[in-house]
Amino acid sequence: MSVRSYADFTTQATFEIKKCDVHKLDEAPATQVVMTRDEGLQYYRTMQTMRRMELKADQLYKQKIIRGFCHLYDGQEACAVGIEGGITLSDHLITAYRAHGYTYTRGGTVKEIMAELTGRRGGIAKGKGGSMHMYCKNFYGGNGIVGAQGQIFETYNMAALWKLPAIFVCENNRYGMGTSVERASASTDYYKRGDYIPGLRVDGMDVLCVREATRFAADHCRSGKGPILMELQTYRYHGHSMSDPGVSYRTREEIQEVRGKSDPISLLKDRMLSNNMASVEELKEIDVEVRKEIEDAAQFATTDPEPPLEELCNHIFYNDPPLEVRGTNPWTKLKSVS
Amino acid sequence: MASSLRCFLRTGKNAVSALQRREFHRTLPVAVQVTVRDALNQAMDEELERDERVFLLGEEVAQYDGAYKVSRGLWKKYGDKRIIDTPITEMGFAGIAVGAAMAGLRPICEFMTFNFSMQAIDQVINSAAKTYYMSAGQQSVPIVFRGPNGASAGVAAQHSQCFAAWYGHCPGLKVVSPWSAEDAKGLLKSAIRDDNPVVFLENELMYGVPFEMSEESQSKDFTIPIGKAKVERQGNHITLVTHSRYVSHCLDAAAVLAKEGIECEVINLRTIRPLDVESIETSVMKTNHLVTVEGGWPQYGVGAEICARIMEGPAFNYLDAPVTRVTGVDIPMPYAKILEDNSVPQIKDVIFSVKKTLNV
Repeated sequence: MSVRSYADFTTQATFEIKKCDVHKLDEAPATQVVMTRDEGLQYYRTMQTMRRMELKADQLYKQKIIRGFCHLYDGQEACAVGIEGGITLSDHLITAYRAHGYTYTRGGTVKEIMAELTGRRGGIAKGKGGSMHMYCKNFYGGNGIVGAQGQIFETYNMAALWKLPAIFVCENNRYGMGTSVERASASTDYYKRGDYIPGLRVDGMDVLCVREATRFAADHCRSGKGPILMELQTYRYHGHSMSDPGVSYRTREEIQEVRGKSDPISLLKDRMLSNNMASVEELKEIDVEVRKEIEDAAQFATTDPEPPLEELCNHIFYNDPPLEVRGTNPWTKLKSVS
Repeated sequence: MASSLRCFLRTGKNAVSALQRREFHRTLPVAVQVTVRDALNQAMDEELERDERVFLLGEEVAQYDGAYKVSRGLWKKYGDKRIIDTPITEMGFAGIAVGAAMAGLRPICEFMTFNFSMQAIDQVINSAAKTYYMSAGQQSVPIVFRGPNGASAGVAAQHSQCFAAWYGHCPGLKVVSPWSAEDAKGLLKSAIRDDNPVVFLENELMYGVPFEMSEESQSKDFTIPIGKAKVERQGNHITLVTHSRYVSHCLDAAAVLAKEGIECEVINLRTIRPLDVESIETSVMKTNHLVTVEGGWPQYGVGAEICARIMEGPAFNYLDAPVTRVTGVDIPMPYAKILEDNSVPQIKDVIFSVKKTLNV
């Protein structure tokens, strides 16, 4: 049996990607993009890790090891990975509650993320934040409450007024909780909703499309032109959260169709294989490694102890002298340190 | 009879035992088991039927049957004009609801949890609560803001806050906090019939809890007056004043303490504003000891207000010990189970505080 060496593979290839719809822009992101073998493998690994991590979270939630709210990202991997591919870790990112994917691309480890979901001391927020409140450097969470309209227009106004270098990303997965976008929005052309702010509508299932659009958007901002909007058309396989089966407001056929025709990981895999950028075995090997990483992380997340009670009152204030905190009754006085 | 049939058909639970108990030719009062969720559903159903100006709006209330299934079946029965799904835009739809109330309708505005009401709090306070006053009586705002309040299980800091104290602070608002299914039904009907803005604080952990509902409470005209507390358990040694889920904690604690010969009087506030100080005073003047129990934070809270009011009235002279407040721990709600369990009052905290207050 001959072993294929890495010299057999194409080191880079050019791909045709979908043209983005533009709003108030004279140019659009390129439709011919180059991806190297290394980039492809990295995107594949990252997306696969994210996918398996979310599926593991689903399992742990059903076993009641993860509690509370859990909003899963599977289906939307190309968005987080593509965005990170177009920016750097020194840029700043903030998102809403469907945050596990971004926590990973921003530098969190699978172990830390899973241990946070299970509420253990090894969690990225020491078990105090939970699914919706994960943070790391230049990543501002993970936020549970979102103002879907009014506040965003206020922000658009100020960003445009002061020419702030901000990319506003709308991950349009077609549903706001259990309500389809058509039932909730007078206009579903979200990329145009910035009005005087230019916008792009991007195929959010194609990691290269997202990356290219993000690079374009980042250039726009970095060159002092002010804010820009990106609407990523994507899809979530799970319901809104783990308490939503996700099939009362959409059909199983629809979900299956997206999985069959537009799955971001499959799309990338097909591209790499048909351009001789990787072998089936190589990708399978990555799958095996990813699976192991997730298993190890889950093992850690289920065996790591819960945070100690001494942690209960810490982190109320930053850079402040230690503080006394009232417990559930006047005789219980607890301690808080920064 | 029809409504009680509906009750047990809906819940399914104890349907057989209810049937067996039922004697059609007698007038014996028959109780049925109803969950808080179903009681709220019945209240809205009956009021929607009674008054065509009443309507419900909020996120997922219609086609999804309600995020917590409280409005299940209502959209199917009443349609798009009475049960309205809104986009995820609290400030916007709360404002629309207040406007509708001003124009003569009687909206029920649901917040998926009261944490989200902070997005719309200006509408609740400045547009709803203060308007009748500012207009010198010209413009009333007959609106109900309802939804789950306080801690749930594992939903972390941004989804666990209790808003009883914040809303209870404002003149012009009525603030109601039911505990049992009977409370939920009777108080929600009163809130909907009230011509003033009412903040109706439900509790997610209580939604699935079944309670026995009396025959009387199954009537379509059954209401519970806003502003009146209820003595759930009589006792002579100490008064426990509480609201919402913690009524259960207090009753459980009272059962344990009774075995040691300590008889607690448990008062279910039912309404936060206006506060039924008189009921508390009457009880304290009998027992001479008071413990308040709530899920919210201590500072400037419901318990703090009760302490102040007791001191300002006749009951102060009857106190044999300072009032004790049992409250949530003064921190944002942590996620990890062990930390969360230690952030809210447990039954053992109530028992401990009772004994300390009684000095036993």
